[in-house]
Amino acid sequence: MELQTLTYIVVGMTFALYIGIAIWARAATTGEFYVAGKGVHPVLNGMATGADWMSAASFISMAGLIAFNGYGASVFLMGWTGGYVLLAMLLAPYLRKYGKFTVPEFIGDRFYSRTARIVAVLCLIIASITYVIGQMKGIGVAFSRFLELPFDTGLYVGMAIVFFYAVLGGMKGITYTQIAQYCVLIFAYTVPAVFISLNLTGNAFPQVGLGSQMADGTYLLDKLDLVVQDLGFDKYTTAGMENKLNMFVYTLTLMIGTAGLPHVIIRFFTVPSVKAARFSAGWALVFIALLYTVAPAVGAMARLNLTTTFQGEDGQGMVYEERPQWVKNWEKTGLLKFEDKNGDGKITYVADKATNEVVKIDKDIMVLANPEIAKLPNWVIALVAAGGLAAALSTAAGLLLAIASSISHDLLKGVFMPKISEKTELLASRIAMAGAVMVAGYLGLHPPDFAAGTVAIAFGLAASSLFPALMMGIFSKRINRSGAVWGMLAGLGVTMLYVFQHKGIMFVPGTAFLGDMQPNWFFGITPNAFGAIGALVNFGVAFVVSRVTAPPPEHIQHMVEHIRVPAGAGTAVDH
Amino acid sequence: MSDNSASAYWKANLRLVAFCLAIWFIVSYLFGIILVEPLNEYRLGGYKLGFWFAQQGSIYTFVVLIFFYAWRMNALDRKFDVHEE
Repeated sequence: MELQTLTYIVVGMTFALYIGIAIWARAATTGEFYVAGKGVHPVLNGMATGADWMSAASFISMAGLIAFNGYGASVFLMGWTGGYVLLAMLLAPYLRKYGKFTVPEFIGDRFYSRTARIVAVLCLIIASITYVIGQMKGIGVAFSRFLELPFDTGLYVGMAIVFFYAVLGGMKGITYTQIAQYCVLIFAYTVPAVFISLNLTGNAFPQVGLGSQMADGTYLLDKLDLVVQDLGFDKYTTAGMENKLNMFVYTLTLMIGTAGLPHVIIRFFTVPSVKAARFSAGWALVFIALLYTVAPAVGAMARLNLTTTFQGEDGQGMVYEERPQWVKNWEKTGLLKFEDKNGDGKITYVADKATNEVVKIDKDIMVLANPEIAKLPNWVIALVAAGGLAAALSTAAGLLLAIASSISHDLLKGVFMPKISEKTELLASRIAMAGAVMVAGYLGLHPPDFAAGTVAIAFGLAASSLFPALMMGIFSKRINRSGAVWGMLAGLGVTMLYVFQHKGIMFVPGTAFLGDMQPNWFFGITPNAFGAIGALVNFGVAFVVSRVTAPPPEHIQHMVEHIRVPAGAGTAVDH
Repeated sequence: MSDNSASAYWKANLRLVAFCLAIWFIVSYLFGIILVEPLNEYRLGGYKLGFWFAQQGSIYTFVVLIFFYAWRMNALDRKFDVHEE
C-alpha cells in the first residue's frame, strides 16, 4: 500500500481510539476533572506519567541530540530520569497525602498566603505555556512531514483532538488517553530501534546491541569513535559538554526541574493512596526508562549509519548521483542539505566547516528517517508518525490541564470567587481548558521569540521556584510565608536574569546585555543549566528570611506533621 | 500516635532518603560525570564503564532505587503503625 494512505490509516486509527476513550471517560465532578477521582491504578498512572512526560522533544529530538553530542548528551539522559528519584522521595507521597487538586493550592495553604499561591500560579503558567508551544509545533511538524498537510491545518486537527478529550474528560479523560498514547509511542520508538540493532550487531535489545560487536568483530562504539575521529569530530564516547561543572549543574537543573514541573506532579494526585504514589513513581520511571535507555542506541547507531553513508563505498565520499533513496527523501524536506563545494560530484562529510559539504543535518531526522535508513516496511514509518503525534498530544494535554486547573481552581475559586458552587467551578474549568487550548494553538502558529528558549525557561523556572518551595514546605516546619515568597522570587529572578543577560530579554535578539559568549558565563555555566543555581539562591533566601521573621502558626506546623505520615489519606473513587 | 514515635518515624524516613540519595548521587554525578575518565579505563563489553553509567547504568539504578524506597517505606509505615487502612 502507498505510504501516504497507510499513514492516514494508522494515524486515523489512533485518533479514533483517543476519541473513543474520551467519550467513555467523561468527567462528572471537579474531583474527576482535576485528579481523575483519585482512583487511577499506580501502574496505569505510571504509564500515563510516561506519556505525559515524554514530549515531542523526547520522541523526535533526543536521539538526535545524543547522536551529535555523544557522551555530552548524558546530561539529558540522567537529568530527565533522575528527577523521578527526587519526586518519589521528596515530593509525590507527601503531596498525595495532602490530597488536594493543584500545586499552587499546596503552596498557598502551607505558607498560609495568597501571595505565595499567586506567585506559584504565575510560575506554573509561564513554565507550562512555554513548554506547550513546543508540543504544538511538534504536532504541526509531524502532520506536515508525514501527511503532507500544511503546518496550520495539522495544528488545527491536533488542537481539535486535544480540545475534545481534555475539555470533555479533564484529568480522567487525559489519563486514559495518555495510557493509550504511551503504548503507541513506545511501540513506535522501539520497533525501528530493534531492527537497526539487529542489523548492525545481531542483538535484538538495543541497550545490549550498543555495547556489542559488529559483524567485523569490532565493538560498535569503538568503530563509531574511530569513524567520527577520522572526520575531525570529537570522539563519540568522550565528547563533553563545555566543562565538568557545567555538566554537573546542567544535570542537577534538569533533575530538580523535572521534579518541580506541575504537570508531572499532579499526575501523582490521581492515585488512591500514599503507598500507591511511591510505587507509581517507580512505574513511571520504568516506562520512561524503556525509551530513555533505547535512545542512546538509536542515537549512536543512526550516527554510524549516517556517517558511513556519507563516506561512500570507498570511504572517499558519497557519489551524489548515487545517493540512497532516503537521502533524496529528506533532502526534499530541507532537513538535509548538500553543497558540492569542490565540484567533484562527491559529498565529503568532515568536521572542518570550510570543506564540509553536508551543510545541514537537522538532528530530528535521526528518529524520523531511522525506519527508512534501516529499510523497514512502510507500516513502521506510519507508526513513527503516529508515535510522534502521541508524544506531542499527551504532553500537551497534561500541560493544558495544569494550566486550566490553576486558573479555575487557584485563581477563580481560590482567590477571586471563593463562593462558586462545584457545578460552576466544573464549567469554569472546562472554559479555562478550552481557552488554554486556543492560546496554545495560537502561540503554536505564531511562536513568540522566547519559544526558542523553551527548555531554559520551563526547567529553569520549575527548578528555581517551585521545587524548593514544595520541598521546604514538607521538610521544614520553620520556613514561613515571607521566606517562601522571597525565596521563590529570588530564585526566579536570579535564573531569569542570567538567562536574559545572555539570551536577550524575553529572548529578543540584540537585547542580551552580556552577549551569549563563553567568557561571560559564570564559572562556565551555560544559561540553560542555571536553574540549579537559582534553586540554591531560593533555599538560601528562604532560610535567612524565615530566621529573622516569626515562625509559622501552630496549625501550619500540625499540617506539616500530618502530611508526613500516610495514615488518613482520604478515600478514593473507583473507576 | 505519640510525638516520640512520630519523630522516630520521620527520622527513620530521613535516614532512608539520605541513603537512597547518596546512591543516586554516586551513580550519576560521581560515576557518570566526576570520575568518568578513570572509570572509562574499564569496560563492560563494548561500553566504557564511565560512559555506560552516564547513559545506561544510572537510569537502571534510579528505577531500582525508587522501588527499594517504596518497599522500605511500606515496612516503616507498618512498623510505626502509620500505614493507610
